[in-house]
Amino acid sequence: MQVDELAPDSAVAGYLGQEIDGLDALETPSVSRRPRAQRWWGSTWPKLAAVTVAIAGWQMVVWSGWRPEYALAGPKPVFAELWRLITTGELGAAVRITLGRAITGYLLAAVIGTAIGLAVARVGVLRTAVGSLLGGLQSMPSIAWFPLAILMFGGGEGAIFFVVVLGAAPAIANGIIAGVDQIPPLQLRVGKMLGARGMSLLRHVIVPAALPGVLAGLKQGWAFAWRSLMAGELLVIVAGHRSIGVLLQTSRDISDVVMLEAVMIAILVIGVLVDSLVFGSAERAVLRRRGLVAPLP
Amino acid sequence: MTTILEPSPSTPHEPLEAIRIAGLSKSYRSGGEEVVALDGIDLDVRRGEFVSIVGASGCGKSSLLNIVAGLEAPTAGTVRTAGRIALMFQESALFGWLTIRRNVELALRLSGVPRPERRERALALLEQVRLGGFAERRPHELSGGMRQRAALARAFAQDAEILLMDEPFGALDAMTRDLLHAELEQLWVERHQTIVFVTHNVREAVRLGDRVVMLTSRPGTVAATFDVDIDRPRRMEAPEVSALASEITDRLRREVRSHAGR
Repeated sequence: MQVDELAPDSAVAGYLGQEIDGLDALETPSVSRRPRAQRWWGSTWPKLAAVTVAIAGWQMVVWSGWRPEYALAGPKPVFAELWRLITTGELGAAVRITLGRAITGYLLAAVIGTAIGLAVARVGVLRTAVGSLLGGLQSMPSIAWFPLAILMFGGGEGAIFFVVVLGAAPAIANGIIAGVDQIPPLQLRVGKMLGARGMSLLRHVIVPAALPGVLAGLKQGWAFAWRSLMAGELLVIVAGHRSIGVLLQTSRDISDVVMLEAVMIAILVIGVLVDSLVFGSAERAVLRRRGLVAPLP
Repeated sequence: MTTILEPSPSTPHEPLEAIRIAGLSKSYRSGGEEVVALDGIDLDVRRGEFVSIVGASGCGKSSLLNIVAGLEAPTAGTVRTAGRIALMFQESALFGWLTIRRNVELALRLSGVPRPERRERALALLEQVRLGGFAERRPHELSGGMRQRAALARAFAQDAEILLMDEPFGALDAMTRDLLHAELEQLWVERHQTIVFVTHNVREAVRLGDRVVMLTSRPGTVAATFDVDIDRPRRMEAPEVSALASEITDRLRREVRSHAGR
């Protein structure tokens, strides 16, 4: 005890550095992560199990005889038909047309939605004027726009793009507004204190700080774009363009339920793949970098 | 009126004060009622001085710093500051999307440091606060004390003559705070910066300051100023520190009591 009290001041004796380093070492957790393959399998098997259960359930319903086989086909013929559509290239050609439209329409919506979102988020008058309108637009079913779109643009692709943009842009704009609103005021003050003003504040603080909300909006925008596009392709048939919507409509017209279900599966799979591979992974990466979600064990 | 006097070491009439606050008042409107936060504050801070400001709740400490930093305008009075100002908050407020090296680099960039120098200077600053080995970590991967040191490195990056600190160690545990006191003291001696350090912890104010300024509450006025003539480096546990801290605490308690039943 006596010795302790007489010990020289730690800072004077030059122990300060060691003490700080020691505390740092104690306070930074050592993370040991499982190997990559193991982590991949850990996050994949539950999904595979869910798909298996869903297909089994579908097969049960078919076997129960609830609907005749010409009205509801089982998994086996449907997957065989899907395989035929893929190998003949018929599905590939349709996917190219449809995805091409989806990407064009979505990019258009992203540009318009971003511009509107940023303007509304930063300008008070605009927010009061059109803020609630954007929410209303989002709840408007896209299919309700088609009669007007067809009158305005005739039966061409223009009508489809019009509706896709109207479906997706408000969602994207709302995501940006929410993202900007969620920025802690302290971060804006720090940005200003560091000397950021106007465009540099936007670039170095506002845009990166709003990114999680913006990504959520972009993801939702994609879902709206994809849905509007499917509705559009069923209603607006452009001659010579055998899109996914046309395949769906044709199989209904000739009562080919097997092909119809095969095309539906293709639509679902594309939607899920884009959602998880493009938006899901981007979102997870952003959140993980900021420590907003726990890293996979 | 906040007037920034650019530092010009060559001029013979260079003011001795880094900060001159004269007759400063600040009032807010809240719910149709006029609330006076600061009333007639006069305070001069010399170049290279370490001034601690203590006060009970409602003394307008944070308003005072915001006004000196130029983030808020005073209702009356003047603030003159000689040199650029950096401000540090209770939360580190580092940008979570950047590694701590990039956080420091952004501060360098916004103060006009050309790109080729930024990386090296950022690493040197992080080395100064003993975070060289953590340069590529993101803020959420660090402890509270490490984040505050990274924020300190970012404040140094602005190369400001004046550093304003708003309860920077308030949220830290006692052990970490002790070490950061020693480190801040050492860095202050090396950098010859002017520091205004706001805290509600009287011992901390005495441990660090050349002078302790005590504010009254509602409205905030300067109640008393205490010179701290204790050799550095100091310790929180030193009897001289305790004695002066007790004296100031007694004054502060009297001041708080006077608000009872008002």
